[in-house]
Amino acid sequence: MTMNTSRRGFLKGAAAAATVLYVGAGADGALAAGSEPTQLNPFVRIDADGTVTAIIKHFETGQGPATGLTSLIAEELGVSMDDIQFEFAPSDASKYNNLFFGQFQGTGGSTAMANSFQQYRQAGAAAREMLINAAAQAWGVDPQALALEDGMISGASKSVPLADFVAAAAQMDAPAEPRLKDPSEFRVIGNASVRRKDSPPKTNGTAKYAMDIHLPNQMVAVIIRSPRLGGVVAGFDDTDAEGIKGYIRAAVLPNQAGVVVYGEHTWAAFQAREALSVDWDFSAAEARSSDQIREQLLAAVKADPEYIVNKADQSATAALVDSSDKIVEKTFYFPLLAHAPMEPLTCTIEATEDGGILLHDGCQFPTGPHMALAQIFELPMEKVRINTMFAGGSFGRRATPTADYQVEAALAFVITDRSRPVKLVWSREDDITGGYYRPAVAHRVRVGLDDAGNITGWDHRVAAQSIMKGTAFEGFSVHDGVDHSSVEGVADGPYQIPGQFVGLTDVAKATTVLWWRSVGHTHTAYVMESMMDAAAKAAGRDPVEFRLALLQGGDPDQVRTAAILKLAAEKGNWGNAPDGRNQGIAVHKSFGSYVAELVEISGNAEDGIKIEKVTCAVDCGIAVNPDVITAQMEGGIGFGLGHAMRDEITLTEGVVDQSNLPDYEPLRIGDIGAIDVHIIASAEAPTGVGEPGTPPSAPALANAIAASGPRVTHLPMAENGVEFV
Amino acid sequence: MAISLNLNGQTHEVDAEPGTPLLWVIRDELKLTGTKFGCGVASCGACTVHLDGEPVRSCQTFIEDVEGSKITTIEGVNSDVSAAVQAAWVELDVVQCGYCQSGQIMSAVGLLSENPKPSVEEIDEYMNGNACRCATYQRIRAAIQRASETLEA
Repeated sequence: MTMNTSRRGFLKGAAAAATVLYVGAGADGALAAGSEPTQLNPFVRIDADGTVTAIIKHFETGQGPATGLTSLIAEELGVSMDDIQFEFAPSDASKYNNLFFGQFQGTGGSTAMANSFQQYRQAGAAAREMLINAAAQAWGVDPQALALEDGMISGASKSVPLADFVAAAAQMDAPAEPRLKDPSEFRVIGNASVRRKDSPPKTNGTAKYAMDIHLPNQMVAVIIRSPRLGGVVAGFDDTDAEGIKGYIRAAVLPNQAGVVVYGEHTWAAFQAREALSVDWDFSAAEARSSDQIREQLLAAVKADPEYIVNKADQSATAALVDSSDKIVEKTFYFPLLAHAPMEPLTCTIEATEDGGILLHDGCQFPTGPHMALAQIFELPMEKVRINTMFAGGSFGRRATPTADYQVEAALAFVITDRSRPVKLVWSREDDITGGYYRPAVAHRVRVGLDDAGNITGWDHRVAAQSIMKGTAFEGFSVHDGVDHSSVEGVADGPYQIPGQFVGLTDVAKATTVLWWRSVGHTHTAYVMESMMDAAAKAAGRDPVEFRLALLQGGDPDQVRTAAILKLAAEKGNWGNAPDGRNQGIAVHKSFGSYVAELVEISGNAEDGIKIEKVTCAVDCGIAVNPDVITAQMEGGIGFGLGHAMRDEITLTEGVVDQSNLPDYEPLRIGDIGAIDVHIIASAEAPTGVGEPGTPPSAPALANAIAASGPRVTHLPMAENGVEFV
Repeated sequence: MAISLNLNGQTHEVDAEPGTPLLWVIRDELKLTGTKFGCGVASCGACTVHLDGEPVRSCQTFIEDVEGSKITTIEGVNSDVSAAVQAAWVELDVVQCGYCQSGQIMSAVGLLSENPKPSVEEIDEYMNGNACRCATYQRIRAAIQRASETLEA
């Protein structure tokens, strides 16, 4: 972790007439305060009337940072969660960067809480100390005699609202090292009764998403994109669209990638798009089918790998496996997957009075589109602003290295006279067919076992479509040719596996690919945990005991992994399934968190399986908002199971076969009977929860099916011999 | 064509072409954005509104067919049942991204209005058409049960 905790000095507060207190960090990263937000990056604002606002540097697409970061301020400042509100920070990487991403503002990799935990607590604690110091000065008492709780400053026989000292505190310097609460003093952090701050507006229809923008005089733009990657527009005919009421016009995008259709409102734009015909130049377009890509991937894992991932000796491992008493060998295939967030992609661009532009977006990676838009509009960064709104799901899709949909909106806007705001809207069909999928991946694993049932060697080949290569994030993830996001969770997992070799081969893409909730762990956890289960059975050993034996090294990763595995086994009554039911278990570390899941099913693969119950144990360090963590485990499990059960994106000669939810069927309410989540108490620094619930879910289901049925190695399950009721 | 809509207890005169989905009149014309666009093919339920008290998918309900009907959106729900449902939703923190939840709530109100004490199986069957990509289903089920208990008390 590269958590920035340096506090190198003070930044003088501004303006004597201050009535608003901002507390955050100055340009040097040190805590700073003042009455204007311009000199610092405020994480908390306290208005003259005492209204406290947490300023959230992450976007909110359901994973809970708006509640989580707000609760850090509430805890350290000393206000109740009912008396604090939140708003989203502007786009400014120099102030609101993700501390794990360098000079880049963005939400991803389950880092929101982990990178903000100290930063937001410090801001809240500094504000508390300043308010207490202001009161102590006014009352002529020692600040040590005063306390701030529930918004009231108390001591010296007085108790007054913090509002009374906002103006005085705004003239003070921020303390260099405010005292953070000891965990024994926490009232908000770790409190399972803390409610989400965004529940009320999301329950009465008032929450505003980017899809809900209606600017005066706006146009709605929809785009006809090439049905095959790399196709370019040769021409279009809008004769049939001209009679459609509300149709404005159409134009070829400057990059020739599509035709943009402008309408007075969404339905007019959709209708006109249907009526418009486009001629494509497919001479450079993708023509391969996903069947061909699958064959390439499956062939690649049988050949020598392009890259060696873990510096092991391939032939030595092969020899260990070949000379074993038993060999367990499996080949796995994972299809392309769409993210399909409930809110289709959308954003709106308008010109501002100062000659700049304003983007309204459920913006996951503000710095990316910010830079792209500055380039497209030839504007300095400060003339581009982003209004971050609620996002209706992402699962990775709203963060692309190319800022794809924001760039589309910019291109659709830049070719107009810019007098009317342009709202870009994707339909569900655009979303399902629009690329940026979880890559297709194959694995082949050969595990050797000795006569005592212990692993002697583990030969693991991965063939994948690299997410990071050729993007701005290449340097972040690709080292010595190995895209870590293709193999994360294999060689770097907690198991002590003797004689493990891991190789990787990159296979070309026939469509764009992208990280998808838990990235490489979506497939590596499936393979590792399926193989653990298969190897344990081949060895005649209990799958839990088999894993625990590989977690005895005393390394903290192993200790924590073993603990959650045992907890899930205990809470899920491992080994004691009711009659007619089967159990499967899996454990995986991702994004710093450890999650074990036990899936209990009824039925069988031929007649139909029902997922009766999932028991989950999670260790994510300090559990800041336990109920949010529980919710993320529930959601991550659902996301993992739904796709493993029945979803895939396929291509025929470069064209996506699926088009909408009826052929990319989402998990439904009846698919999972119950989910029971247990959080391990921990004093470790908090780690991610948005993604880690997903990886163990599908292998736990596969292991439950394999308990008395087939070992499913190709996904989705429903296309590979498993029926679900 | 000019159409008179009875929506959330008020009459609105709107001008829309026949075949226009009610969804887009509600969202783009009347600017009531609590009703969401998710799929456009009645497969996700995010656009669910009540037509004379019955949940319907507004993306596949056409404007020429609703004149004379009482339309209720999430902004206009106002009954003992809807109050209990919304309170349960907040109490159990059902939402994550929240985008589907207006539709979930409109369906849940429809369910409890016709069946005040649904079994788990009845909940699953009735709510099957409302997709939630965040998979908040455990809490949707629990919130419906909680609202049912509240209404019974």
